[in-house]
Amino acid sequence: MNVPAELKYTNDHEWVKVDGDSAYIGITDYAQGELGDIVFIDIVPDLSEIVGGESFGTIEAVKTVSEMFAPISGTVIEINPKLNDEPQLVNSDPYGEGWIIKVVLTEPSQLDALLDSQSYKELLG
Amino acid sequence: MKKTKFYSAHEKANAKIVDFAGFKMPVQYSSIIAEHLAVRNSVGVFDVSHMGEIFVRGEKALDFVQYITINDASVLVNGKVQYSAMCLEDGGIVDDLLVYKISDKEFMLVVNASNLEKDFAWMQKNNNFGVELSNESDDYSLLAVQGPDSNKTLQKITDKKIDLEYYTFMFAKVAGIDMILSRTGYTGELGYELYFRGNEEDALKLWDAVMEAGKEFNIQPAGLGCRDSLRLEMGFCLYGNDIDETTNPLEAGLGWITKLKKESFIGKEKLLSVKQEGLKRKLVPVISDEKVFPRHGYDITLDGKKIGTVTSGVVSPVIDKAIAMAYIDFPYSSEGTSINFSVRGKEIPARVTKLPFVKK
Repeated sequence: MNVPAELKYTNDHEWVKVDGDSAYIGITDYAQGELGDIVFIDIVPDLSEIVGGESFGTIEAVKTVSEMFAPISGTVIEINPKLNDEPQLVNSDPYGEGWIIKVVLTEPSQLDALLDSQSYKELLG
Repeated sequence: MKKTKFYSAHEKANAKIVDFAGFKMPVQYSSIIAEHLAVRNSVGVFDVSHMGEIFVRGEKALDFVQYITINDASVLVNGKVQYSAMCLEDGGIVDDLLVYKISDKEFMLVVNASNLEKDFAWMQKNNNFGVELSNESDDYSLLAVQGPDSNKTLQKITDKKIDLEYYTFMFAKVAGIDMILSRTGYTGELGYELYFRGNEEDALKLWDAVMEAGKEFNIQPAGLGCRDSLRLEMGFCLYGNDIDETTNPLEAGLGWITKLKKESFIGKEKLLSVKQEGLKRKLVPVISDEKVFPRHGYDITLDGKKIGTVTSGVVSPVIDKAIAMAYIDFPYSSEGTSINFSVRGKEIPARVTKLPFVKK
């Protein structure tokens, strides 16, 4: 299972990659594997803010639908435009091309509550 | 949980395994969509050994089959297969099944794994004909080889020419093993189902031979995941999703196998009166151009009012549209009617269409 050391993680199998005052958010390799073939990513329409712990959209896979919960709060600056036509990027490259949303952090202290890669690995068992 | 005799081949192929109807079954190997497309475009192999095989033997074998199933088995000649169902007295569906006529005195009934015990008990209870009922499900394995290249694949390792009409079968040796080789399947493609008695060694020998023979067509092992999306593109019913003991065959679109002129069969009286009174709801195909993934249990609505329920749904890997089967109140069930999928409180436009979703 791929769990990059430089990322932060949640119990809901999302990752956060801090980039200055902003952050990329996606789902983990484990999560994409559990979901299987992803058919589309449905982000809440006209989303401008995400609030830590609240849902910001759903992932529809062939097998099941899964809600995405914001790991942290932030102002949305970009939604991965490639996922519209190629949602399978989340399966093939969950930590890279398959990132889902980019935000400016509004409460950076929330990052401290996230799991580091070691703790996330322990969660996966 | 039981394992089929192909189980170690699934492990070797890195299958994702799920518990299904009492068996450890492969749900997918690489990806459901990739496997789906392999079956549509070349050839795929499914282990469906969990299916149940019940043999009916005796002088009155045909009379028994006629009484317990709703289709007309008297039209079958030896070597012919028929899609049928068993109903309760109240018209509810006990199971859907395939009827294989081996001879006047022997039929093989292929039933859903999840219903095997129930079906066998139902047959025994209604055996007023003195036939021998033999549940040989544990002895038989079943491999489905499906897709446009399935004939070319199997011909290489079969001792006879495979020139079967749809829904017929023959006895042949495949990979040197005695088979009931049947031109049937659950995918809508050219395809075959191979029934055989054999141990694990035989099963693995067959698996390897089929994979080797299909190599030039890029044959893929295919799991239960794509079996479901493939059958849904054709609009084939899945027991437990689209049909069950609370649905009758007429509303399920199975009128074509419900032979009400047949002398006597379980459920006939009730189904005659259902027909006379008219249907209250109907299982119909629904399609949407919107970005939506319809799922079992979602409501169908019109002007905010519930008029039906989705029983099966998927985004078709071939036409890339949301497709579903849904029971819809009869007044709204005709082709072309605009309706909505209700998805987490949102109404998504869709319409009643016709089958199959994917033209073959």
